[in-house]
Amino acid sequence: MDPLDLARWQFGITTIYHFLFVPLTIGLSVIVAALQTAWVRTGREDYLRATKFFGKLFLINFAMGVVTGIVQEFQFGMNWSAYSTFVGDVFGAPLAMEALVAFFLESTFIGLWIFGWDRLGKRVHLACIWAAAIGSNLSAYFILAANAWMRNPVGFEVDPVTGRARLTDIGAVLGNDQAWSTYLHVVSAAFVIAGLFVVAVSAYKLMRSRWPGRGDAAPHESEHPMFRRTLRAGFLVTAIAGALVAVSGDHQAKLAATYEPMKLAGAEALWETETPAGFSLFAVGDIEGSRNHLNVQVPAVLSFLATGDLGGTVQGINNIQAQYEQMYGPGDYRPNIAVLYWSFRLMMGLGMSGVAVAVLGLWLTRRGRLPDNRWMYRVAIAALPAALTANIFGWVLTEMGRQPWTVHGELLTAASVSPGVSLTEVAISLTAFTALYGVLAVVEFRLLLRYVKAGPGHVMPYLDGPPDPESEHESGPDPGDGPGGDGEPTGAPGRDDRSPVFTY
Amino acid sequence: MDLPVVWFVAVAVLWTGYLVLEGFDFGVGMLVRVLGRREDDRRVMLGAIGPVWDGNEVWLIAAVGAMFAAFPAWYASMFSGFYLPVLAVLLGLIVRGVALEYREKVEDPRWRARCDAGITAGSFLPAFVWGLVFANLVRGLPMVPGPMGVGVVDAGFTDLVDGYALLGGVLTVALFVLHGAVFLTLKTDGPVRHRARTLAVRMAVPVLVLLAGFLGATLYLRETTWTVWAALASVAALALAAGAVHRGREGWAFTATAATVAGLAVVVFGSLFPQLLVSTTDPALTLDVAGAASAPYTLTVMSWVAVVFLPLVIGYQTWSYWVFRKRLVGERVEPAPEPAGRS
Ligand code: HDD
Ligand code: HEM
Ligand code: HEM
Repeated sequence: MDPLDLARWQFGITTIYHFLFVPLTIGLSVIVAALQTAWVRTGREDYLRATKFFGKLFLINFAMGVVTGIVQEFQFGMNWSAYSTFVGDVFGAPLAMEALVAFFLESTFIGLWIFGWDRLGKRVHLACIWAAAIGSNLSAYFILAANAWMRNPVGFEVDPVTGRARLTDIGAVLGNDQAWSTYLHVVSAAFVIAGLFVVAVSAYKLMRSRWPGRGDAAPHESEHPMFRRTLRAGFLVTAIAGALVAVSGDHQAKLAATYEPMKLAGAEALWETETPAGFSLFAVGDIEGSRNHLNVQVPAVLSFLATGDLGGTVQGINNIQAQYEQMYGPGDYRPNIAVLYWSFRLMMGLGMSGVAVAVLGLWLTRRGRLPDNRWMYRVAIAALPAALTANIFGWVLTEMGRQPWTVHGELLTAASVSPGVSLTEVAISLTAFTALYGVLAVVEFRLLLRYVKAGPGHVMPYLDGPPDPESEHESGPDPGDGPGGDGEPTGAPGRDDRSPVFTY
Repeated sequence: MDLPVVWFVAVAVLWTGYLVLEGFDFGVGMLVRVLGRREDDRRVMLGAIGPVWDGNEVWLIAAVGAMFAAFPAWYASMFSGFYLPVLAVLLGLIVRGVALEYREKVEDPRWRARCDAGITAGSFLPAFVWGLVFANLVRGLPMVPGPMGVGVVDAGFTDLVDGYALLGGVLTVALFVLHGAVFLTLKTDGPVRHRARTLAVRMAVPVLVLLAGFLGATLYLRETTWTVWAALASVAALALAAGAVHRGREGWAFTATAATVAGLAVVVFGSLFPQLLVSTTDPALTLDVAGAASAPYTLTVMSWVAVVFLPLVIGYQTWSYWVFRKRLVGERVEPAPEPAGRS
């Protein structure tokens, strides 16, 4: 072990963790804003209830996105100081813009939205959640442009005196075709996840109302139609976003063939250049021997994915390796082929099965229908973790496929790490982050579950009273999320020592 | 004007904004268990910072992003050089953020007590470490040559922690507590306001002594001329704050503690200029504004972004403070006299 390995682990772990929350923030902010818009437009109470219910879940997630994001901002300097020195001139600009243009917008207006329910006019308040949603979706563009630049460095030159990269064209960096293509792919994947989140929650509530678990209070009668609608809305969002994910993913593969052929070849375990190339379904590879023992292929599909032409040529690992040795000097330019190969398949397989569930769900719930089988609800719920896992493997493919480079063709990962940071220091931070993140994952998951179980009547009590007089609820409508009317979602009657607290 | 200098000023402004704004919410966080004796008191206190703390924290993200873009070598050397202190800040901010956001979400006294502990510790740690780190920046650190001709901080624990640095940490903690207490006098009513005022009045003189001591040492360490004026202004502002809070002029008192924090930041950045990281080993390794700056093109682009967006940010953040301008009051808290024992 040297500091480099640990620094890589730390970056991978903390970034993947951050990205568990990011897609939900990106997608759910828009969904919540849309629900609130529907309420403002129609005045129908169940839209308001849905806004507050999903809004609460959104906020629980958002808090984690924020605190884990701050780590990322510092991490480049802490662990990758050589990298930061080299690229800061180019790479720092989108990061700084992200803070100035997007994060301020996002966090200020989220604050206004949370605490502003009874301080702001209806429309101004609605505008706040839209501003926050726009901020989230903007922030993704800047950070992805920075990330895309590492895969397809453009708009810069290397200063011959200092040896550092120097920005020459910000338009090229922000307009990088990798940047907008990645943005499309990642943001539509985020909407797949947010859609499936709404699906999972709605399906869970519908399932439990039909097959109550122990201790479940009978749901209010308005919940059934409400969750049926959100279930369908979730399916619809997922299906549309799923189509976009596939189209943009296809484009990502073409860009990879152009800019990072090694990544694509690795993801297909394609050792030798082939014309036309088949898409591998299953392969048993021999990395030492640089070949496959077994490879089950669908003919010509890879050629189409990479070039848009069924007869196109796709370069193989061994050829690219030879070519890179000529260009960059001796060395091993192959990423971890096994990881790439399986990441690619897991991303597509798990992700697209989530999308398939949504398409099927739209059909099954058409014209007021709801399935009678309990396992169907379970499948709908399981689609969410499947798509989240797909998302993670997408990033593993992207990032590990870029190895051994941090900036493709310009800077090696081994040359990126902080020279002054010791193994002990990285070990301490890696342990601390992993432990803390582990605890927080449990806390956040339980909190989400609690609020889902407590249901929409908890965040916005029914005025005609819940059918079950035993159940818990506080008095008065909850003003959003303020320390004003939140309470324990589950059980625990009897303890009511809290004041609705304060008037502003 | 010279773009690197403009960007040094911009970075200083962003850090100053951060310290002034998050300074008071750190202060409130550290006081939550001290002044908040009962649950409703604590809710009032946390409600006062609830809508704004996240927006305040983005000033840090913007400051760090600006350092990255405008002075990459500074960003790189500083955060790798202060590895463990920065780690402490990050852990503090994570715990604090989660505790602030999740505290009200579970109705269980034990849970809330744990969150309050998290808020206290998560506010104290960054408040202390930032003071320590900035004192170290002013004093200088051992550095060794690194890649691309840029010096790298090579400091062990003993290099980071000496009397001056500790004084810096203690000062930021104390000053933020005072700033937070004054904020509470301005933004709350009822017992919290009374206790906050009493505390602020009592703390004023000790904090004044600490501040004068630290500023004196700073001026002694780094000979400069005009920073003397900023130091005097900072001390004077604190004296004014003490007087104002004593007389119940809370708006003025808060303006004055904000000015104190700002003055302190100005002295620190002013003492540093035109250097960014001072090498105590080989002076050739010292990073300065001209040497660490990004290319003029980058700085020009960033300047346009800042010119357009910073006023906008200040505009809507001001609006959000305006929306939440009213004092908070615990519902069960009548203007009744305080129960036994005053602080
Ligand atoms: C595709 C989107 C995306 C990606 C790849 C990343 N983030 Fe992120 N980030 C977001 C999308 C996002 C967001 C959706 O805007 C978040 C998530 C939750 C939130 O509050 O905002 C956020 C929050 C967030 C915050 C806290 C902002 C606040 O206080 O409001 C910081 C400092 C960062 N991120 C920084 C980073 C860095 C340095 C990354 C690179 C490794 C990174 N993020 C990857
Ligand atoms: C949120 C989505 C992201 C995920 C899940 C992710 C995942 C990963 C993973 C798994 C690694 C380790 C790869 C390895 O060491 O083999 C890594 C490395 C890295 N990534 Fe990302 N990444 C993401 C976004 C970004 C972004 C947006 C940037 C830059 C702006 C970035 C920059 C880096 C750097 C500098 C490294 C370290 C060098 C390396 O080991 O490759 N990543 N990332
Ligand atoms: C038809 C299906 C898909 C194809 C062809 C596809 C293709 C790709 C390719 C080629 C990359 C690597 C891009 C690069 O590194 O240059 C990628 C990355 C990624 N994929 Fe997919 N993908 C598909 C479905 C999905 C699904 C369903 C999800 C998640 C729900 C997903 C999430 C991601 C993410 C998060 C990344 C990393 C960011 C990026 O580089 O775009 N993908 N995808």
